[in-house]
Amino acid sequence: MNADARPVIKPIRNGVGAFAAMKAVFARDLKVAFRQKQDLLNPLLFFVMVVSLFPLGVSPEVSFLREAGAGILWVAALLSVLLSLDHLFRHDFDDGTLEQLVLQPQPLFLLVLAKTLAHWMLTGLPLVLLTPVLGVMVHQEGNSIAVLCLTLLIGTPVLSLIGAIGAALTLGLRSAGVLLSLLIIPLYIPVLIFGTGTVAAAADGASVGAYVALMAAFLVLAVTLAPFAAAAALRISLSNG
Amino acid sequence: MAFDSFASFIAMEGHGPYVWACYGVFFLLMAVLVLWSLRSKRAAVEACRRRFETTSDTGREAATGASATFARVNVSQD
Amino acid sequence: MWQWFHKLGSPKWFFGIATRFMPWLLILGLGLLAAGIVWGLAFAPKDYLQGNSYRIIFIHVPTAFIAQSAYIMMAVAAVVTLVWRMKLADVFVKAVAPVGLVLTFLSLFTGAVWGKPTWGTWWIWDARLTSMLILLFLYGGVIALDRAINDEKSAARAVAVLVLVGVVNIPIIKYSVEWWNTLHQPATFKLTEKPSMPAEMWVPLVLSILGLYLLFGWLACLRMQTEILQREQRTKWVREMITAGRS
Repeated sequence: MNADARPVIKPIRNGVGAFAAMKAVFARDLKVAFRQKQDLLNPLLFFVMVVSLFPLGVSPEVSFLREAGAGILWVAALLSVLLSLDHLFRHDFDDGTLEQLVLQPQPLFLLVLAKTLAHWMLTGLPLVLLTPVLGVMVHQEGNSIAVLCLTLLIGTPVLSLIGAIGAALTLGLRSAGVLLSLLIIPLYIPVLIFGTGTVAAAADGASVGAYVALMAAFLVLAVTLAPFAAAAALRISLSNG
Repeated sequence: MAFDSFASFIAMEGHGPYVWACYGVFFLLMAVLVLWSLRSKRAAVEACRRRFETTSDTGREAATGASATFARVNVSQD
Repeated sequence: MWQWFHKLGSPKWFFGIATRFMPWLLILGLGLLAAGIVWGLAFAPKDYLQGNSYRIIFIHVPTAFIAQSAYIMMAVAAVVTLVWRMKLADVFVKAVAPVGLVLTFLSLFTGAVWGKPTWGTWWIWDARLTSMLILLFLYGGVIALDRAINDEKSAARAVAVLVLVGVVNIPIIKYSVEWWNTLHQPATFKLTEKPSMPAEMWVPLVLSILGLYLLFGWLACLRMQTEILQREQRTKWVREMITAGRS
């Protein structure tokens, strides 16, 4: 690996505030990611492929796709996020950056939050941007696509945040990928239910304000609690050998 | 008694297979769980015994073992 | 008070107490369970709606109830592990998780078999069955994580974090599954017992719940003793106990 491939975190002086540290971590993660563009594309490709499996494997009928489309897109997005979670801490763990991060004077959960936010910008957000195209391909109507994008926009950060806990817990373990899925999928179920339920309600012509508010409540809950759990899990994983 | 005869108790008016399958699996799995737990305890005791028959010095081992597994709390847990 | 609390955390103390109480737990548990099941199977009147298939309730409800409360107990033990680093707490989590898994599976199995004569199909995506299925996944995750981490102390603390995250999610999962269920199946026949259940039905049910609870306690003590023996084989008290032939 050549020297400039992975920028290190600039030393953060003791006096630097937590917000500046978060910004530094966030900017650095984006920079690293843009130097390895293939890692950015993989979850997106996976997303498109999983979605295209359903018409091929179940039925290309318009009526089926119209009814199941939102669910298919949600499940595919969930799996793509799951697939990308392994990278969230892995590279930093392998080259020791993570240990430096833990030693920073700023609270670790804020730095974890910044890393998770960067992860979402790099996986969740592109998925949301790709959704209208795939939505048309599975015959969703305009209104449904809009609601679908909205639910994914609120839902994918929740997926990243909960996933960060699992990624931190399985850090450095053998077969971490499968284990990560086993631990995290049950926790994803409520978000999935409300995400697809909101789209279904919109398709029935019901008002979705209450459902969207509930999903926003999930997001707030995840933002406030998940970074603490992920930070605790990181400390445990790093103390492990 | 809710049934007239033993045969009607077994048949349960046609629901017998369901009821007895449930109870059968319940007792089977619970028995497996209990036997497995009993066996692993016996194995643990055996392992300890073998270990104590081969090693003889008590003092040093006891000292390292007692402090190695616990941190922070100063009150003795023994 | 704190002295007492730490004494409670002493593996040696626990081992002795458990040895003394376990026969009682086993005898009482088996007795109550047998009484509840025999009463429920042979003497309780049959349900006027579901016929005799309702007799599955006398194992379905106890297994489901204890599987759920076992997870809550694990969560309490997880807090104790993380806050006070008490040895016994993570021994408890490790010992109880497989028991919880088996009980969850049993409640799912009996629920599915009960569904056949009641709903006409083996499986219905009913809110309760689905929640129990997710509980099964949670137990599976806990056991898988525990097995994957070699270092005992890190395993205990990582599992504790996972159990706590799971317990925060349980009410959310329950609520969302119920909401999802009403969305997709507006009118299903519920497995719920009617509130006006006659005493001949609920007394045996309470007996079998209590019996299985005690049996669960016995199993937990047994498995905790096994785990303690494995962890503490280097200590003096284990050596003295084993060589004296008590255990």
